[in-house]
Amino acid sequence: MDAPILSISGLRAVFRIAGRDIAAVQDLDLTIGSGETVALVGESGSGKSVTSLSIIGLLPKKIGHIAEGSIALRRRDGTVTELTGLDPESLRKVRGNDIGMVFQEPMTSLNPVYTIGEQIAEPIRIHLGKSHRNAAADAVRLLAQVGIPDPDRRARQYPHELSGGMRQRATIAMALSCNPTLLIADEPTTALDVTIQAQILDLLAELQAQRGMGILFVTHNLGVVAEIADRVAVMYAGRIVESGPVSEVFTRPRHPYTAGLMRSVPRLGQATSLKAAGTPLPTIAGNVPSLALLPKGCSFAPRCAMAVDACRAAVPPLFAATSTQHSRCLRWKDL
Amino acid sequence: MNAPFLSVRNLTKHFAPTAFSRGPVVRALQDISFDIARGQVVGLVGESGSGKTTIGRSLLRLIEPTSGEISFDGIDITKLSAGPLARQRRKMQYIFQDPFASLSPRMTIGQILTEGLDIQSIGNRRERRARAEKALAAVELPVDAYDRYAHEFSGGQRQRIGIARAITLEPEFIVADEPVSALDVSIQAQIVNLLRDLQVRLGLTMLFISHDLAVVEYICDTVIVLYLGRIMEVAPAAALYARPQHPYTRALLSAIPSLDPLVKQGRQVLKGDIPSPANPPTGCVFRTRCPVALDACAGIVPPLRATSDGHLKACIRDDIA
Repeated sequence: MDAPILSISGLRAVFRIAGRDIAAVQDLDLTIGSGETVALVGESGSGKSVTSLSIIGLLPKKIGHIAEGSIALRRRDGTVTELTGLDPESLRKVRGNDIGMVFQEPMTSLNPVYTIGEQIAEPIRIHLGKSHRNAAADAVRLLAQVGIPDPDRRARQYPHELSGGMRQRATIAMALSCNPTLLIADEPTTALDVTIQAQILDLLAELQAQRGMGILFVTHNLGVVAEIADRVAVMYAGRIVESGPVSEVFTRPRHPYTAGLMRSVPRLGQATSLKAAGTPLPTIAGNVPSLALLPKGCSFAPRCAMAVDACRAAVPPLFAATSTQHSRCLRWKDL
Repeated sequence: MNAPFLSVRNLTKHFAPTAFSRGPVVRALQDISFDIARGQVVGLVGESGSGKTTIGRSLLRLIEPTSGEISFDGIDITKLSAGPLARQRRKMQYIFQDPFASLSPRMTIGQILTEGLDIQSIGNRRERRARAEKALAAVELPVDAYDRYAHEFSGGQRQRIGIARAITLEPEFIVADEPVSALDVSIQAQIVNLLRDLQVRLGLTMLFISHDLAVVEYICDTVIVLYLGRIMEVAPAAALYARPQHPYTRALLSAIPSLDPLVKQGRQVLKGDIPSPANPPTGCVFRTRCPVALDACAGIVPPLRATSDGHLKACIRDDIA
């Protein structure tokens, strides 16, 4: 059995805000195997993007840093590298090389003054040491692989000449240019229309089947998780509150937050009957807490209908509900 | 049967190039007609570039239509001069998508809520404050929000402030433009419930704009599906979800990812992108992505016509139902 592509344990990422250290992510364990897609899902401020930025060493330097934990990456050559504490130069050799990245907004992650082809060829030249000519040919081939028609012409165009969906395809081509073992996709379809989102999800699944890379898929959209991920980790206020195979977690959530989120997602065809019955849509009461003002104990307790005194006393550990599904809820058995 | 409260006829909006943007005319809206009865909520759904916001803004004449009529209660607002238009706008309000961009960071919530009353010269200071506090209560915010600033509130709370601002003038009609799109999932349903509650309680007529068909289902009586500046389908909400008639509506519904990982239904993925409104396809604008398009679809713009079960659809094919 191969070592996992990515193995995070005990990660704690802090931000220094107004003279105080505030943990944006804590107690985070996560592994991704090759060919596996793991979704990190949560609402704004839950720490999902901070987790992905921690992996690639792109936390805002002045205020953020990794305080504890380890992040181990299996690289293309099979060696395992610890990413925390790596010097910037070595980290640069990993980023865009062994780890590919796709972000939410394709317009801001592409440079407007370089052609699409030049931008895809750049990491190939830098990391794989290929000539300009060979890298340019690779770029065109990659554009074809991500389903861009007429790739020769598109490679010579600038980002503004492409539609949003095309641009996201181009950033995927760039992310895959060095044949990474891990692809980090941070809300890659959030800025896209649903019909284009469906295209991009299909594309990612297809590319993964061909290349066998691990994918960390960061999203707030539970439907997208169900569509693309093998396993899911649900984050709330900086901690994973539930994790497991999507088929288990979504069929039987073992944390009240997961259950509440799933109820809050509008399901086609259901609202009509609720409206006819005069019932409001199911919601989670209250607001997502500020990380600076987290309650003692379980962070979700103030919004939780099942909370008991013990929930407010200490942060619950992760309980193994099954051999594969974990819940950070004292009352997971009651769900 | 009363005349409809809001009536839009042949609304067309073309954005002409300006001195600094050479290029073709952008045909944002083409020949849009629909009615909204008093107290009804109509959903306007479509992808980016379909013209949703252009319709919303045209209804309040925040942008000038190129041609067409927009009547409120029998008054055609496209022909009103500034004075009467301002008086008419008292009855019409807008809720914006982004609760961060749409609230001034330099004004207190009280100033934000009473600004409209000020402009419309409604009441004295005390009465304005009373109205604003009533609006805060209606959106379930504490009264002490009045003296605070927008940055002190979360996204969901800010959107409540945006809603409070819209209702302080006691309008009859509200355009809610993607009011929950910027919010977290657990907050979205709270805001939809609030809007529904206010709509029923205050007897509001509403146009609810969203790119997400799943969001509009609960709050809307009727749904209009828009593509590239034209109406594709209009139907009562329940009927639209149960029996979508237009191939675009079907594709849109099918593209929404299902929450059930065990049911991977045969999803129909549309090919390609939405074409540019500067150069829309001839005939049916959807034909370039339509899985069931025929040669004939390029020839004519399909008229919006009634089908057997109360839908209106702009598609020449009757054999695909």
